Amino acid sequence: MYKYNDFDAAFVAERNKQFRAQIERRISGALSEDEFKPLRLMNGLYLQLHAYMLRVAVPYGTLNSGRMHQLANIAQRWDKGYGHFTTRQNIQFNWPKLPDVPDILDALAEVEMHAIQTSGNTVRNVTADHLSGAAADELEDPRPYAELIRQWSTDHPEFQFLPRKFKIAVSGSAQDRAVTRAHDIGLRLVEKNGETGFEVIVGGGLGRTPMIGKILRAFLPKADLLPYIEATISVWNLLGRRDNKYKSRIKITVHEHGIDEISKLVEARFKELRPSFNGADQSLFDHIKPAFAAPAYKQHSTELLEQNYSNEPVFRAWVDTNVTAHQNAEYGIATISLKAHGQTPGDASAEQMHLIADLAERYGHDEIRISHEQNIVLPHVHKSDLPAVHASLKTAQLATANIGLISDIIACPGMDYCALATARSIPIAQQIATRFDELKLEHDIGELKLKISGCINACGHHHVGHIGILGLDRAGVENYQITLGGDATETAAIGQRTGPGFSADDLLPALERLIAAYLDLRSEPKETFLQTYRRLGATPFKAALYPERAVQANAA
Amino acid sequence: MARSFSPKIVTANALIEGDVIYLSADDTWTRDLQSADVITDEADADVRLISAASQTSVAVGVYLADIEIHPDGLKTKHFREEFRKLGPSNYFHGKQAG
Repeated sequence: MYKYNDFDAAFVAERNKQFRAQIERRISGALSEDEFKPLRLMNGLYLQLHAYMLRVAVPYGTLNSGRMHQLANIAQRWDKGYGHFTTRQNIQFNWPKLPDVPDILDALAEVEMHAIQTSGNTVRNVTADHLSGAAADELEDPRPYAELIRQWSTDHPEFQFLPRKFKIAVSGSAQDRAVTRAHDIGLRLVEKNGETGFEVIVGGGLGRTPMIGKILRAFLPKADLLPYIEATISVWNLLGRRDNKYKSRIKITVHEHGIDEISKLVEARFKELRPSFNGADQSLFDHIKPAFAAPAYKQHSTELLEQNYSNEPVFRAWVDTNVTAHQNAEYGIATISLKAHGQTPGDASAEQMHLIADLAERYGHDEIRISHEQNIVLPHVHKSDLPAVHASLKTAQLATANIGLISDIIACPGMDYCALATARSIPIAQQIATRFDELKLEHDIGELKLKISGCINACGHHHVGHIGILGLDRAGVENYQITLGGDATETAAIGQRTGPGFSADDLLPALERLIAAYLDLRSEPKETFLQTYRRLGATPFKAALYPERAVQANAA
Repeated sequence: MARSFSPKIVTANALIEGDVIYLSADDTWTRDLQSADVITDEADADVRLISAASQTSVAVGVYLADIEIHPDGLKTKHFREEFRKLGPSNYFHGKQAG
């Protein structure tokens, strides 16, 4: 894991000192709210429906036990005993009081964490594949590049007042688990003629105008990474719309000017910028890279796993569903579900965080990852330790075997917390997970990505859910629109709206009809919901969602 | 004839705690919806809103919200205000917890 050097530590300490003084001036009345708001947003502090919310970056989703323990300590001391992990690999505390925030930030700095640029029109937390450094299908660990981008973008003087926020995601595997095609810039490590470089994707994004990113450069040499991103953002910084915040994201700029024009401008700017990167970035990278070296894997018999796998059906189900192949055949990647049926997706109590930290330290080479799907990953667990990890997780309601299934729902905080929301997300997720658990159907249904957003801004990624749900306010009543066929991976697609929305009461029966139709329509149990949808199109699924309309159409 | 004006309250979030507050008749703030001052006149609403918004050391994000007057007390009109009055639905936190 990357360790702060003296410069990093001094920078964060100075920012915290500045923000402490800004909060003092706001409380004393020396700063108005209009003056204070941009300052608090630069430090990740929002004012939500019921309280302030502090959004803390988990850079590229990587934590260690010390950091996780400290997040738990913060939840216990200054919040209500839990934290909420988000789709951008951040953690949000929902209940801090304004005068406590400087102390929280100092506590974060003790473990080399902060909330800088988790809000505002800046380059946000750089996200990465949550299986980075562990996945069997990985070409190269993308996190050293993510750290390089993080250092370059933090307090970058040219990019503190961008037209709008800017999100970058990095992936090092053929399988895209970082949703690179729905980011302002998506970077995918690819191989060409025996050399690795980046496929640079630009202009993806969700929100009110969802777009799949377009390829800006099919192969970028790794040494050109920073100047190329700087060129891209600087082109948008000049060209991006500042007159209308709904048209300010780079996806709209790319859409309005066309990828060819943007590419021409970026390449021209890159040519100007490239010589000014005189190798300092490469020396920095050389300094960063060793911090991400693979742990010293142990060698041990995996017999214990095999015994337990044969004898313990609950353990077997957990391994089959939550453990992924590791680069080292003796190891597994264990995903800890934060989606226990009926619980809030992405929430972890302080006790759970402490337990996960202890497990990482004892069995996981002290590494933890946060996934954009709002789960926690122990990336390096020796197979012989999986039974002990599972047994321990069971004691804390953390052993739900549902990764990738219908109850592994992404849900934004929605109107239970968020000031922008138009409807609630969390209770909908709770109801769906509880119902499909009662039906004991989810393992039969198989892979299904269900994603819920409580407003058009789409923090819950509903556009790229196989089933997406968007909560809206229709004449003062919560109403839920369904989209189908979305895909967040390398075969990314935006889901299509099926028709009129459903009331909160009608939504669950509609989903049950939809799933029953899928089970009936699939060619074989292995054919996933998305595959069936792609094979048959929307019509039979719409008929299941809106049976009255199908009857009417037949009668006519 | 004057346009009909639906009753309103002035609401905001507290600067220090961040929680939901309502303007009382004496221009101080209360955390109890039932103690909020109900404004039934449009001109009065404008004045009260401006006056409330000037209390920048106490209140943030001041606005008018629709309210219904029932025999058993005040009821919020929009579900968003109902959630603000109670707290989140996933935990017994916020105002509902007292």
